[in-house]
Amino acid sequence: MNRRSRRKVLIFAIVFGVAVATVLGLTAFEENLLYFYSPTQVKAGEAPATHSFRVGGLVVDGSVKRAPDSLKIQFDVTDNAESMTIEYTGILPDLFREGQGIVAMGSLQADGKFVAQEVLAKHDENYMPPEVAAALEASGKSVKGATEHKPQGAAY
Amino acid sequence: MIPELGHFALIIAFAVAIVQSIVPIIGAARNQAALVSLARPAALTQLLFVGLSYAALTHAFIVHDFSVLYVSQHSNLVQPLMYRISGVWGSHEGSLLLWSLILSLWTVAVAVYSRNLPEILMARVLAVMGMISTGFIAFMLFTSNPFERIFPVPLDGTELNPLLQDPGLAIHPPMLYMGYVGFSVAFAFAVAALLGGKLDATWARWSRPWTTIAWSFLTIGIALGSWWAYNELGWGGWWFWDPVENASFMPWLVGTALIHSLASTEKRGVFKSWTVLLAILAFSLSLLGTFIVRSGVLVSVHAFATDPARGVFILAFLVVVVGGSLALYAWRSATVVSYGRFQWFSRETALLLNNIIFLTAATAVLVGTMYPLVVDAFGVGKISVGRPYFDTMFALVAIPLLLLLGFGPAVRWKGDSWQRIAKMTSIFFVVSLVAGLLIPFLVEEKLNLSTGLGLAGALWVALTTLKDLLSRLTHSLKLPLSYMGMIMAHFGVAVFVAGVTVTMTYSEEKDLRMEPGSSYNISGYEFRFQGTRKVQGPNYIADEGVIEIWSDGEKSGELLPQKRTYSGKSNPMTDASIDKTFTRDLYAALGEELESGAWSMRVYYKPLIRWIWLGCILMTVGGVLAVSDRRYRQSVKQTSAKKVPVTAGV
Repeated sequence: MNRRSRRKVLIFAIVFGVAVATVLGLTAFEENLLYFYSPTQVKAGEAPATHSFRVGGLVVDGSVKRAPDSLKIQFDVTDNAESMTIEYTGILPDLFREGQGIVAMGSLQADGKFVAQEVLAKHDENYMPPEVAAALEASGKSVKGATEHKPQGAAY
Repeated sequence: MIPELGHFALIIAFAVAIVQSIVPIIGAARNQAALVSLARPAALTQLLFVGLSYAALTHAFIVHDFSVLYVSQHSNLVQPLMYRISGVWGSHEGSLLLWSLILSLWTVAVAVYSRNLPEILMARVLAVMGMISTGFIAFMLFTSNPFERIFPVPLDGTELNPLLQDPGLAIHPPMLYMGYVGFSVAFAFAVAALLGGKLDATWARWSRPWTTIAWSFLTIGIALGSWWAYNELGWGGWWFWDPVENASFMPWLVGTALIHSLASTEKRGVFKSWTVLLAILAFSLSLLGTFIVRSGVLVSVHAFATDPARGVFILAFLVVVVGGSLALYAWRSATVVSYGRFQWFSRETALLLNNIIFLTAATAVLVGTMYPLVVDAFGVGKISVGRPYFDTMFALVAIPLLLLLGFGPAVRWKGDSWQRIAKMTSIFFVVSLVAGLLIPFLVEEKLNLSTGLGLAGALWVALTTLKDLLSRLTHSLKLPLSYMGMIMAHFGVAVFVAGVTVTMTYSEEKDLRMEPGSSYNISGYEFRFQGTRKVQGPNYIADEGVIEIWSDGEKSGELLPQKRTYSGKSNPMTDASIDKTFTRDLYAALGEELESGAWSMRVYYKPLIRWIWLGCILMTVGGVLAVSDRRYRQSVKQTSAKKVPVTAGV
């Protein structure tokens, strides 16, 4: 091969490599997009039945139930219009408590129960997950001031 | 009174910054020495006033001046002194002030250490840095004043988020900012060179040490953040692909591409305009990172709507800096000619491939981080990008990168024969591939391709790097520091990859319900839970769990995880306890008290996790070594007169 055709091969190889990376990347991206649904949307059947998604709301007072001999825990979240039950096994974050806004990631089971793989409550106790704030707003029953609140120092 | 002085000092600094950004540029354009020579004193004066302003805010924190809103929001009477000092950068306003202070420090460092730079170029560099400073100080003065007073004065303040009360985190932001802001030097050199229309190899020589040292700070800053998350958050992970982490990782990726591209430009005069573009990109991403983290946009893009002044200012500033420099680039870069010629198989090509790989990685992170924000901004929906996306992308990028890293540094500039390289490295390739695939096979008794490839990659990089070092040592025992730095950093990559691979595959973690007296076995270690006791800290009370570690019938250690309740906060905080050794960590974190002394808790076994940070430390030290090379301290006249031998390392 002379210099010109070698350079062509090199450029082709680079373009090909980047193209492969892009295709694989976009596929991985598509598969890992997690959409957020409020309990109202889930009740209305808008959430995917097979794919993982995120759901969030306020933990309903008095709804937290623990299994006596395992780490299984069950609680309800609400957007103040509808509520739904979430099941989780493991240790909940420090900021989890009744009345607190949380986001759970998981999927719906055949019996309609939402089983979470991950439950998030952010670093700051005054913080409202933005999705939850928006969901509360959408249901028309927002906690006053929730969306205007700026988190303090929890930004790392 | 002192806060007002601080505010006033900031206003003076603002005026000085404006002078610093305009006058030297005019002087350079008209060739007026008096105006040009104003740059240095202006930079020093600015540092003085920003420093005074910063000292005033720190003073307010130390003496508990709760009449300052920012102080009252981020400190209280029982907060230890160390965290009152670090509380200055605990949130938006103060961290901007720290940013400005560090920018002034870098500016003065350039003014002091680059005495042999041509006056005109120096004036332009300092002026560009002055412009950035003007933007930041204006942002503070007009939208985020840290000295704002509050009336009535509260008796006590709100405590700094207890999560941030950790030595690792206290120094994490300053390190990160040293890196972010350090890229402004490379940026300023690039813009100054574009303004002057003179982009030669000496330009690369001048900006190289600055870029490398900034990169070192950024590396250690990111590592500290990861270390903190591991120690403090109680989740046992070391990287979460959180937007905040990604914001610091993007400039790192582009910065890494930049230090490699600068090597080509300095040594061979190639890829000049590409290098300039990378310098602009690295700093733009630093700015983007600062603002993503600090503006509240992550909390909600609608934070922009509730506080339009900040949002509009940020967007305008980004548009001016990024758009302006790119426009200048588009206008001027056409005149830049790269004179170096090279064959397809050469060091130049290897470094070009390095750049492509790093930019691909940076793009992947950028897409995953920004896409949810854009979707949200357009009101289309609320989405997030799952961690597997990032993991997949980085596994994809790592394969070609590690492969390249094994032989790239051995390839000669201008052109080399691939047969020579193949002959030199094929043995290592075979050895590392076989050994890498064999190790997981011996451990699990089945083939584990991804772990095997990860280990093979680490071995391949480690072996070829050592081989390169040894063959150099046979020629001469005195190797240049810049070369030693490269070896150190590349070896750090191998250590890092080994740590990541092993930790990701062989960690064991378990959420448990433990009663006092019960025990649990994990990877040959027995965790015996003895119960909890009450502990009083300086500003918290805690339940402390006592867990004995037994292995081979002997007690080998004790873990004391805590659940703390800080004064003034209603929610508890987890403080994990970790038994650390070079080869593995044992980790325990308390969940919550269930009943009758039983606790939920999380225990981990994490093999080689220390290697992840060790790798980062090696990379950082590598950067520092490279900068200490004496050729950067030789005067410009000397070095430009004598041609540097091409073989003197990267």
